[in-house]
This record gives sequence, C-alpha cells and structure tokens, in this order.
Amino acid sequence: MDSALLITQLLNGLQLGILLFLLAAGLTLIFGIMDFINLAHGSFYMVGAYICGTLVVLLDSFVLGVLLAIPLTMAVGYVTEVLIARSLYLRDHLDHVLATFGIILIFDTVTHLIWGAEGMVIPLPDWLNGQITVSETIQLPSYRIAIISVGLLVAAGMYYVVSKTRLGMLIRAGASNRTMVQALGVDIKVLFSLVFAAGAAIAGVAGMMISPITGASIGMGNDIIIVAFVVIIIGGIGSIKGAFVGALIVGMIDTLGRSYLDQLLKLFMNTETAETAAPAISAMLIYILMAIILAVRPQGLFPPKVR
Amino acid sequence: MTILLEVRGLHKSFGGVIATKNVSLDVMEGEVHAIIGPNGAGKTTLISQLCGEQFPDAGKVRFNGRDITKASGPARAKMGIARSFQITTVFQDMTLLENVALAAQAHDGHSFHFWRNANSEPEINRQAMERLKEVGLEAKAMTLSREVSHGEHRQLEIAMALATEPKMLLLDEPMAGMGSEESQRMIEILQRFKGQKTMLLVEHDMDAVFALADRISVLVYGEIIATDTPDAIRDNEAVKRAYLGEEA
Amino acid sequence: MRTSNFLTPKWLFSVALLLLLAVTPILSDIFDQAFYLSIATRILILTIAAISLNFILGYGGMISLGHAAFIGIGAYCVGIPIYHDYSSGWLHIFLAITVSALFALITGAISLRTKGVHFIMITMAFAQMAFFLFLSMDEYGGDDGLTIWYDSEFFSGIDIDNPTTFYYICFVSLILVMYLYHRLVASRFGRVIRGAKSNEKRMQALGYSTYNYRLVAYVISGAVCGYAGALMGNYTNFISPDMMGWTRSGELIFMVVLGGTATAFGPVFGVLSFLVLEEMLPNVMDMIHDGAGFYWHLPFGLILLFVVLFVRGGISGFLDRLGKR
Repeated sequence: MDSALLITQLLNGLQLGILLFLLAAGLTLIFGIMDFINLAHGSFYMVGAYICGTLVVLLDSFVLGVLLAIPLTMAVGYVTEVLIARSLYLRDHLDHVLATFGIILIFDTVTHLIWGAEGMVIPLPDWLNGQITVSETIQLPSYRIAIISVGLLVAAGMYYVVSKTRLGMLIRAGASNRTMVQALGVDIKVLFSLVFAAGAAIAGVAGMMISPITGASIGMGNDIIIVAFVVIIIGGIGSIKGAFVGALIVGMIDTLGRSYLDQLLKLFMNTETAETAAPAISAMLIYILMAIILAVRPQGLFPPKVR
Repeated sequence: MTILLEVRGLHKSFGGVIATKNVSLDVMEGEVHAIIGPNGAGKTTLISQLCGEQFPDAGKVRFNGRDITKASGPARAKMGIARSFQITTVFQDMTLLENVALAAQAHDGHSFHFWRNANSEPEINRQAMERLKEVGLEAKAMTLSREVSHGEHRQLEIAMALATEPKMLLLDEPMAGMGSEESQRMIEILQRFKGQKTMLLVEHDMDAVFALADRISVLVYGEIIATDTPDAIRDNEAVKRAYLGEEA
Repeated sequence: MRTSNFLTPKWLFSVALLLLLAVTPILSDIFDQAFYLSIATRILILTIAAISLNFILGYGGMISLGHAAFIGIGAYCVGIPIYHDYSSGWLHIFLAITVSALFALITGAISLRTKGVHFIMITMAFAQMAFFLFLSMDEYGGDDGLTIWYDSEFFSGIDIDNPTTFYYICFVSLILVMYLYHRLVASRFGRVIRGAKSNEKRMQALGYSTYNYRLVAYVISGAVCGYAGALMGNYTNFISPDMMGWTRSGELIFMVVLGGTATAFGPVFGVLSFLVLEEMLPNVMDMIHDGAGFYWHLPFGLILLFVVLFVRGGISGFLDRLGKR
C-alpha cells in the first residue's frame, strides 16, 4: 500500500467527517430538543456557501467573507425558524418531512433566482492554496488542514458551550427532558430560535469551508444532509458526542471504502468480481452500517441519558 | 381453589432505585385480588412486569401452571391475561363496536384475513355486542369512541378486556379520573363479574377496593407488607402505619 | 363511516373523476392532444404507487421515505430482462412483484424494529442502497440510465405500444388495486393495521404481535408499488436510478398527504393535483413573465408548505368539510 496515498485518504476521511459533524451537530440538537426533523438543514449549508462566496469576491478577502457570512446565515436560519419551523414543532413527523421538503424547494429556487443556475467558484487566497511538506513523499494541501482545524475549533467551541455554560446546560436538559426546561421557567421559544439559528450557522460554516474545493451549487446540501442524518442516527439522536463520533466513523468509512474496498474484496474473490462489486458496496457502506446499528442498537451509539 | 397467577420473589430496579422488592403473590382462581399502596409504591412497575411490558431482574411468574416470566406481552395476552390501562387507550377512530370486535378478533385465531369485510362478520359482532351489553354500552355501539365520555371510555376498556375471553383480568386503576357517580357505576359493572372472572385490581379508590376485593395485598416501597381479607387489612397495624405515615 | 356515503360532494367528485379518467383516451383523440393521454397515464401509474404507500402510511402510520425504490425496482425488472431480450410481459410483472416483495420483506424486517424518525430514516437508507446499487451497475447504464427499446409483450393481438391500449391496462390495474385496498382496509387484517397505528401498546395487550402484521402490510405495499414500477418502465421507456432518489420518495409522500391520508380516493386526488401542478405551474408562470416558468419550484414549495400548515386532511378532508355545510 502506498503510504502517501493512505495519508491523503485518511485526511480526506477526516475532512468529510468534520464537515458532516458541522451539519449533524445542528441537526441532532434541533431534533433532540424540538423533536423536529429538518430535511432542509442542508439548505443552510448551501446558503452559507453562496453568501460567503459573494462576500469573498466583493470584499476580496476570504477570512472577512467567512466571518461576515456566519451571522448572515444565522439570520437566515432565524427567519426560517420564526416564519415556518416554529409552527411545526408540535406537528407529527410526517408534517416535518413534508414541510421541510417544501422549504428545500423554496431555498433551491430562491438561490437559483439570486445567483443563477451555474453555481459559483470561490477563490482561495494564496496563503491557503499551497502544500505543507511533511516529508519527501508526503505533502498535505494546506487548505484541507485549515478545514479540519476550523472544524475541530468549532467542535471544541460547541463542546465548551454545551458542557460548561448555563445555555449549554439548558440545551442538554432540553435534549433529554423538554418539560424540565419549561419547568425551569426558561423562555423556551427563545431557546428554540437560538438553537435553530446556531445550527443553521454551523451548517453554513460547513458549506463555506467546502465550497472553495467543490464550488457552490444548487442543491449541494440535499445529498449530504441525508448522510448527516445517517450520522445522527448512528451516533444517537440528541447527542453532540454521538454526532462527533458518528461523523468521523461515517467520513472515514465512506472515504476509505471508496478507495480501498476493491483491494479488500480481491483478497477473497476474483479481480473482476471485486472491481464490479466494490463501487456499489462502497457507496452503500454507510447505509449498511446504519442498518446494522439500528438493528442491533436502535437508539444509536450514544443516546442521551434520559428521554 | 387453585392458584391461577403465582408470583415468586419478583425483583426489579432502575439504576439503583428498587421498584419491586422480592414480591410474592398468589391470585386464586375466581377471586378478586386488589393491590393497594401509597403513590410511588411501584404498582405500575409491578403490573407492567405481570403483563410483559417490562421484565424482572429476578423472580418467577407462573400463570395457569406455566412459567411466563420471559413471555412477551402478546403471548401472555394469548394465554389469557387481559389488561385495562390506567390512561384510556381505546381506538378513537373506530366505533365502540369495532373497538370490542378488534379485541374479540384477537382470540379468534390469527387475523391474516385480507378479503372479507370485518364489519359485517356476524359472529364477531355478536360477541362484541354482548360484551358491550355487559358493561352497559350497547346503545352507543355505533358511536365513534372519540365521541363518548371519559367514564364510557373506561367501561369500553373493560368490554375490550372481556372480549378476549381472558382467564384473568388485570385492571390498572379502572376508576382513574372518574366522578363518584361514574365510579359507582363501574363498581356495579365489576361486581357482576365477581366470582366468574379472576381479577387483579390495582386501585386508589378505597371504596371500590373494599366493595370488590376478596383479598387485598398492600404494596409499600416495592414490597408487599401484607396480604389478607379486607377486614383484616383494615385493622392491620403495619398497613395503618404505612398509610398514616404517608399522610402525616 | 356510518352516515350515507352517497351524494356527498366528495363522492360525486370521485365518481366524476374516475369517469373522466375512463374516457380520457377518447377525449384526447377528439381534441388531438396525445400529450394529455401521456400525462393521464402517468397519473394512473403513480396513483397505484400512492395507494400502496397510503395503506401503510395513512392507515398503518408507517412513514416510509423509501417507497420510490420499489417503483425503481419494478421498472428495472422490465428494463433488465428486455436488455437481455426476454420480452414476456408476464415474466416482467412476476419479477417486479416478487423482487419488490422480497426487498420489502428483507428491509421491512429490519426497519419495522424501529419507530418514529428512525423508521423514516432507515427506509430512506435502504432506498439509497437500492439507488447506489443500480447506479453502480454499468452493464445496465449506471448513472446514465437504461433505455428500454421495446415494450413488454403479452398475448399476440395486444400491443401495449399503443398508447390507448396501455392506458386502459393502467386504468384497469388502478381500479383493481383500488378495490384490493378497499377490501384490505375493511378486512380483519386492515382493522389490525389501523389499530396498531392508533395504539400499538393496546394492540399488544390484546394479544396481537403487531410486528408481524405490519411486516405483511409492508410487503404487500412494496409488491404493489413494484407492479406500478413495471408499468412505469413500460411507460417511460427510459429508466435510471434517479427514479429511486429520496426526493422521489418525498414527492410520493406529498402526493398521498395532498390527497388526504387514510382515505380511499385521497391518492387519486393527490397524484392528479401534483402532476397537474407540475405541468401547469411552469406554463402559467411563463405566461405571466417569459422565462419565469423556470422557477416553478418556488410556488410549488409554497403550496406544499401551505398544504401542510393549513389544509388538514388534504383535498379529501376539504371535500368532506364541504359536504358537512
């Protein structure tokens, strides 16, 4: 096995895992606290990318663009919560699925109206566009390192807020026992809006981080949000820790599966069969993992303690 | 008299909190056996272990001579344990008749019948109607159950439990949430089955308990502190202490 | 259920709709609009799928976000044999039904162990698996899809290539499926499925192993949906994994909810309105402002939101309320 390739793939897996975590974190909190299935959470990933891209070009500064895009995405999330999501919390899951499906259509079309159908390329500044040389054979793209660092930073920040602050205590309490939070006399509406908007902003950060690599495009969040759902179900709905571990597992398995599964299969089947089967199985791998985990441990790996 | 339900050394705890502590209990065939106890005594946990919603950490449950400790809820229902629920759990979108017919259908073989209209099956409807009569609801047979009163829901619960032709009725607070008039009616209904049906009755309403029970077991902190006739229980010092202690 | 079902606005509307569907080929012939016959055929096929989803979702409370997979599987059960030059329509239908039923049996056996959002997501996950499976089959076109060069062949003399003949095959299928589910819902089995949606704990206390009943319902639903897929394969003559994407399953759910869940005619109303909207919105918007039709998803999404937020019981519920005035 080529060790440089392996390291690159591990890095890719880590990067995917981090992005998934940024999406899954909001998703799992929104579901855990509001019991709300938000299929449209991926729209904030897309909106974040587009807003950021526009600002980067406008201000000619990547960092400034990102920093300004975060509160703007948060505002989009807040407006969505107040206008639509809020009136859905008490409805059943079927209504959630449908309504947020409608929200996706709306976001995709509005994005299309504002930014056009072509998608957007987001330029990277030179200082992020290089390679970091680790050894003679191993060079790491510096932007990927940056993505992973930002992701870990956000994760650490979330960990701090959720586990060390009063707000975090309320969020944790809300995820395990909603009535208790209400009993504490907290304005539950404000807490819900805040969690929703923050979740949207964090999803937006993920979109901002990935778009210099893949570009921003309409519907970019619709596939990855499904994977993020897989993550939170594997990790246990409502648990940040579960989202983190689940995201890394899914990111790694998906990435490594796509690159190495054919070699693994060749160990016990002939080359031709392995080469035809590998792409199919590697694409299905995370879903197979989720099905197994749900069959064995329906509440996920790290379910919140009390429900 | 033979023992129908035999509970031996039942034990259950939730993360260190003991909910059921070494409970042993016999329900004789044909008797009305009441379980009383202050709030939080573990009555609900005990019931749910008897009907297979939860499973004990230790101990044995035998019913009709068979060990059912590990049997599932549906399996126990099929063996003849019918339960009513503390909170009303009837099928709101069905008529009262259909509610009871669904219960009657449960003991009439499997329900993998895909073609015939179940609402026009005379035999099942006849059985269902009879059960409704027994609880005094025959006039409302064709009413949707969401349109009847709380007291009538409770009566419907009893009719549904009866419709499975059980060997034992496990009644979880049948008087819950009822006014005194409704309670009185429920007592009369249950009295009709006294001597014919074995009943395990969990109830807060002491008037109902003393009017119906042949024997009473007192559950305090997950433990049975006494089992005796109503008169003996009334005079039992330990029971008085447990209840007075709670109220003082 | 007890009041007379006749001469209510809903009943009249439903009968009128069925009659209209029955004579659509004649109308489209008179007005020389083959296009409408084509849309009507699609409506019939999707209604069969929607009815089968409605049975488990509406009556059974099982929210499957993966039912498009069955349509796709059914369609590939036509496409793949024809690719290998097995042209018998009986074979295609047999395959479509058995393979979908088998897929439903295996995935249902696992999915039905879960509840709520987990069930929604696991059915979606299994559909994604099917999606990626067909996506990776390069032999059958993979991502690019598979063209079906000719239609299934039944008796000599019946040429389902003829749009009108095919339309009536779909129409008769729909009537049969509607009747099948009508019987099913009212049967003992249907009663158990409805009871399990309303209160599962209660059903178990009565002695029902709800899991078994649900699994059978899920398999029936999958099989019928697979049959709809076989019709779809013959209808489009081009199939691709895209038919199985999760958004397709979402659309199918929307059709059922739009029409009114747990009602006999709801799926007919739902599919019809959905497809009419889909066809009309772009045209109407283009009329208002040239090029605006491109953005028809915007009003469509708003309508979807409106239906979820404000229209209880879908179109069927609306017609019921009309009748009560």
